[in-house]
Amino acid sequence: MGGTAPVVDMQGISIAFPGVRALDGVDFRLFPGEVHALLGENGAGKSTLIKALTGVYAIDDGTITVLGARTSFGTPAEAQASGISTVYQEVNLCPNLSVEENILLGREPRRRGAIHWREVRRKAEEVLDQLQLGHIDPRSVLSSHSIAIQQLVAIARAMQIEARVLILDEPTSSLDADEVQQLFSVIRTLRDRGVAILFVSHFLEQVYEVSDRMTVLRNGRLVGEYLTAELPRMGLISKMIGKELDALAELEEAESRRQPDRTDQTLFLQAEGLGRKGSVQEVTFTVHDGEILGLAGLLGSGRTETARLLFGADRADQGQLTIRGTSRALRSPRSAIDRGIAFSSENRKEEGLIGDLSVRDNLILALQAGKGWWRRVPRATQDELADRYIKALDIRPSGKDTLIRDLSGGNQQKVLLARWLITDPRLLILDEPTRGIDIGAKTQIQKLISSLAADGMSVIFISAELEEVLRISDRIAVLKDRRMVADIPNDNITMEDVMTVIAGTNA
Amino acid sequence: MSVLTRTPAPLDRPRMTRLRGKARYAPTLATMGLFLAMFAAGAVMYPGFLSGQVFLNLLIDNTFLIVLAVGMTFVILTGGIDLSVGSVVALSMMIAAALLQAGWNPAAVIALVLLTGATFGLLMGLVIQVFEIQPFIVTLAGLFLARGLCYVISVDSITVTDPFFTSMAQARIPLVGTLFVSPGVVIALVVVAVAFYVLHQTRFGRTVYAIGGGESSALLMGLAVPRTKVLVYGISGLCSSIAGILFSFYSLSGYSLAATGLELDAIAAVVVGGTLLTGGYGYVLGSLTGVLVLGIVQTFISYEGTLSSWWTRIVIGALLLVFILLQKLFTRKVRLT
Repeated sequence: MGGTAPVVDMQGISIAFPGVRALDGVDFRLFPGEVHALLGENGAGKSTLIKALTGVYAIDDGTITVLGARTSFGTPAEAQASGISTVYQEVNLCPNLSVEENILLGREPRRRGAIHWREVRRKAEEVLDQLQLGHIDPRSVLSSHSIAIQQLVAIARAMQIEARVLILDEPTSSLDADEVQQLFSVIRTLRDRGVAILFVSHFLEQVYEVSDRMTVLRNGRLVGEYLTAELPRMGLISKMIGKELDALAELEEAESRRQPDRTDQTLFLQAEGLGRKGSVQEVTFTVHDGEILGLAGLLGSGRTETARLLFGADRADQGQLTIRGTSRALRSPRSAIDRGIAFSSENRKEEGLIGDLSVRDNLILALQAGKGWWRRVPRATQDELADRYIKALDIRPSGKDTLIRDLSGGNQQKVLLARWLITDPRLLILDEPTRGIDIGAKTQIQKLISSLAADGMSVIFISAELEEVLRISDRIAVLKDRRMVADIPNDNITMEDVMTVIAGTNA
Repeated sequence: MSVLTRTPAPLDRPRMTRLRGKARYAPTLATMGLFLAMFAAGAVMYPGFLSGQVFLNLLIDNTFLIVLAVGMTFVILTGGIDLSVGSVVALSMMIAAALLQAGWNPAAVIALVLLTGATFGLLMGLVIQVFEIQPFIVTLAGLFLARGLCYVISVDSITVTDPFFTSMAQARIPLVGTLFVSPGVVIALVVVAVAFYVLHQTRFGRTVYAIGGGESSALLMGLAVPRTKVLVYGISGLCSSIAGILFSFYSLSGYSLAATGLELDAIAAVVVGGTLLTGGYGYVLGSLTGVLVLGIVQTFISYEGTLSSWWTRIVIGALLLVFILLQKLFTRKVRLT
């Protein structure tokens, strides 16, 4: 495919949001007749880049050239008019309308002002046949089809607009293996017809199966553009989650790895084949008192899903969970809390903190909830607790009446941590506790976790940064494609070892 | 070999999914079935019930409700609600009665009333769309505002003596035999027909359905969502003022307390007619049937001389509950497939 000019050429794209540089001088190209995978962990800037291209976000810097002409789209509709169509993970069609209508909605052929339904059907059948989707009845209601078919209909709609560029944002995340194959065959058909396809997926196998070229982003920066055939899996993974170079160098040997010596410790929790349909499967591990279990895996591998199962936020429908020797089915977060399990969510803002309340109010929230709302925690106790934890965790600013939203990410995370510590949990599940916070706060939180474990608290630690997981965990459970694939004692193992497990070809 | 196994594009598309698609019509068909069953039951129980005129009287007595339900169907299809319609009916009647009393030309009066209703609806739609306020609260404000304006015009009832209005009230359009309908019925049925055409044959109508199916999806598909959302309230306002005129033909007066709670009858008719309150599913013909069901309940009560009129309300309440529960079952099924 060398020699052809790119359909889309983005150069030096930068976008800044308040406090974050979401994209920093990223170059990106799309060639006709090629499937180009865009890769990176959470927060790497994939969706920001797509939104920059489709006109959802305005760019601060850089140039976008589409079909040789410099452009900047103001809205997705403008991008669409220029031949750039996007199919999102959640199908953005109308489930209550027929397939044919969804394909042509807003562009229905008309005759004397009225919609010419026979022509609508003919056009819909035409585009479905082109994509070899003739088995889909254009008159059937969209909601009567599986998500996979709905996604294919969305692609058919994009093709009906005669898209030159098709962006598929995580199209396979809710499809099963057969459906993925069906989607891929449509993708290949389109590629052979010269459409440039941008494919975003966190399933590496799929990326290798369908893509011709890939671009890797990390922390809003371009890592590189590679031909899929020339970059082996190991190389790709280390480019995606490898060292955070200089920043983490400071942490080097900041503390020695904890020595696993847990033979005499009592078992707190045991999961056996725990799973939930559509969420995560085959989770099997044990957590002893004072043990830190790290969950490693790529984005979308089922890390958070595992945590939600253990916290009762989602109900497990397979396997068994034993806590302190008794078999338990956790039906709700409340029953998990009653067993001494605490869960600090990865979405600090949405599922954790209440920005308009003070540090003190946020701190006592879980304690108060545990006591029941009619038994108010006395103000004096509140103040005492707040003072103690603000000091212990070095929360800044140290005023207990400061509003949470005025704190930095790192300090917000500490408040969230303190909230659960106040309830004195036996097992603390931390989902991405260090994401998006500065390196200093990161170190503090890691140290704190280690010392909590030393005092006998069990911790399940989830992080996208493999280095971090390796640094503080006693054992590492590795997840891949929503399945737990390995449970390794953290005993002189290296990042390469874990990456090998993650890269291992699918069973 | 591969040449041999290659099949042309399938001409025979599977029929099963199409059948399943018919589930869309299920609630409306259920209502039609219910209406026929009630009519049959009435024919068995009461002599004289089984006559064409009993059926036609259902239309004659409910012309304004039919038109209101049509407007309400547009709004509910987008997932909205319009609580102001009863008050707008009263306001339309008051404006008409007052202007006719002042000696205005009836054609000019009707034009002005329709304009007022449509504008009132459009303004509410604009508030809902521009300020992103729930339709419930905006149209509730509209309800109070329109009702209050009625009192500004007159506290007392105003009698309509205009010859055109009285002739419309008394006119009978003969059908076969002794059967007849009022001019209002013709107007109401024309409104239903126009609404049906607009909803099913124009891009605007399909956008109404698309918004109910998923507003953000409709936006991403590049449909004219904001304009459509404003317009449906305009249509509902216009329908309310048409209903007001029809009510004037029927009652030959304007009274500030008229049509109190009529918005709830309209919503009930639409829901009983099979339109989902969450939007996206439903038909004007269903709403028409819904009005007929409400009407036949009333006819039943009047035939059963011993029952008091509040039994109408009780039966409507029960019906509404049953239909809402049916809808819940229906939507659950749709989501599962």
